[in-house]
Amino acid sequence: MATLKDIQMKIVAVKKTRQITKAMNMVATSKLRNAQIKMEDFRPYAAKFAEVLGSLAGKADAGGNPLLCERDEVKTTDIIVMTSDRGLCGSFNANLIKQAEELAQAQAADGKSVRVICVGKKGRDFARKTAFPIVAEHIGVVGGGFGFNVASNIGTAAINSFLAEESDEVHVVYAEFISMARHNAVTKKLLPISAVESEEVEEPGSAEREYLPEHICEPSADLLLADLLPKNISVQIYSALLETSASEHAARMMAMDNATTACNDMVDSLTLVYNKARQAAVTSELMDIVGGAEALKG
Amino acid sequence: MAEKQIVLEIVTPEKNVVEDEAQMVVAPGTYGEFCILPNHTPFLTTLKVGAVRYKDKSGTERYVFINGGFSEALPNKVTILAESAERRRDIDVERARAAMKRAEERLAEAMRADAKKEVFDHTRARAALQRALMRRQMVEGGRG
Repeated sequence: MATLKDIQMKIVAVKKTRQITKAMNMVATSKLRNAQIKMEDFRPYAAKFAEVLGSLAGKADAGGNPLLCERDEVKTTDIIVMTSDRGLCGSFNANLIKQAEELAQAQAADGKSVRVICVGKKGRDFARKTAFPIVAEHIGVVGGGFGFNVASNIGTAAINSFLAEESDEVHVVYAEFISMARHNAVTKKLLPISAVESEEVEEPGSAEREYLPEHICEPSADLLLADLLPKNISVQIYSALLETSASEHAARMMAMDNATTACNDMVDSLTLVYNKARQAAVTSELMDIVGGAEALKG
Repeated sequence: MAEKQIVLEIVTPEKNVVEDEAQMVVAPGTYGEFCILPNHTPFLTTLKVGAVRYKDKSGTERYVFINGGFSEALPNKVTILAESAERRRDIDVERARAAMKRAEERLAEAMRADAKKEVFDHTRARAALQRALMRRQMVEGGRG
């Protein structure tokens, strides 16, 4: 049976933990807001980009572009794994790593060699424990204030190694941000680019689109497309980074919220135990006194 | 002036830099500078590092630095998608100067080494130098 002092110390400890989790929850909330604003700001660019790309893809002879060509024999697969740098965000990193590992194992089972590009500390720490070589690592990106140039660098590196035939396929594993409470680990194939989705562009059929078929292109549509495709990779990586960041903060918010609730419950139940123990002590003391008084009365 | 205006939008992945009405837009195309007036035929082109110049509603000339990208012109709207862009008043001169110095040093180093593997560094340094130069010119020279 724990003594009163022990219980009291435990209560104090839990309260301190609660203070920390509460603070982390608030920090995550404000960071999530920033991440969401960043996602909002990126949307017009992404939408316009997709629109232009879609309309170009319809016109240009895309077959000639090496970024679009499926390799007959896929020997090496690069996987870009996006995770957070820090823990304490529930199963967020575990889900991403699991997804990446499944993909890597499946590729390896097909006889392909797998290389990993790590964005985020947690993924890197995991990759180090596996046999897959790490091509590059980018720490301090996810969850922070990164700019488009980071995505651009990752994208350029991936494209260069793809064009140099060091890799034959590039996949990215990231967290898709669905809502505050939901995010999914998803895998997307970056390279070779599977047919540019023009149906996606179809739906926001604004008045502007009617003009597109008669665009003058300078230089030619083919060359423009060749210029835009690599940028498209960066755009996709950037949006994946944004989503992963937002998901990380959302996951941490949830985890910290749960932790705070758990702390509250613990404090409640510990206080109950403490009060019971205190009451028991008081009662037994009283009994002693009463017993002593009775004895004196004789 | 009841002249027709075009809507100019300069968009980067981080934010909308410019959303304004313009009488005229001049942009640095890869194949040379071009000017867009209202009712331009639909036109799509890539842009190099340089200055976009436009005349706003009141006829004031405004300058925006853009770091490459592409533009789409429609009869009543010009959209420029750039990897980064800054209005002239937002340019950080000190940073541009520092970047210029760094790029020059790197370039000199790359020249000395002159090995094949330096080619990548070389082009990067050159691009950085160009960007820095452009930014400085815009601020100091007035003309972009």
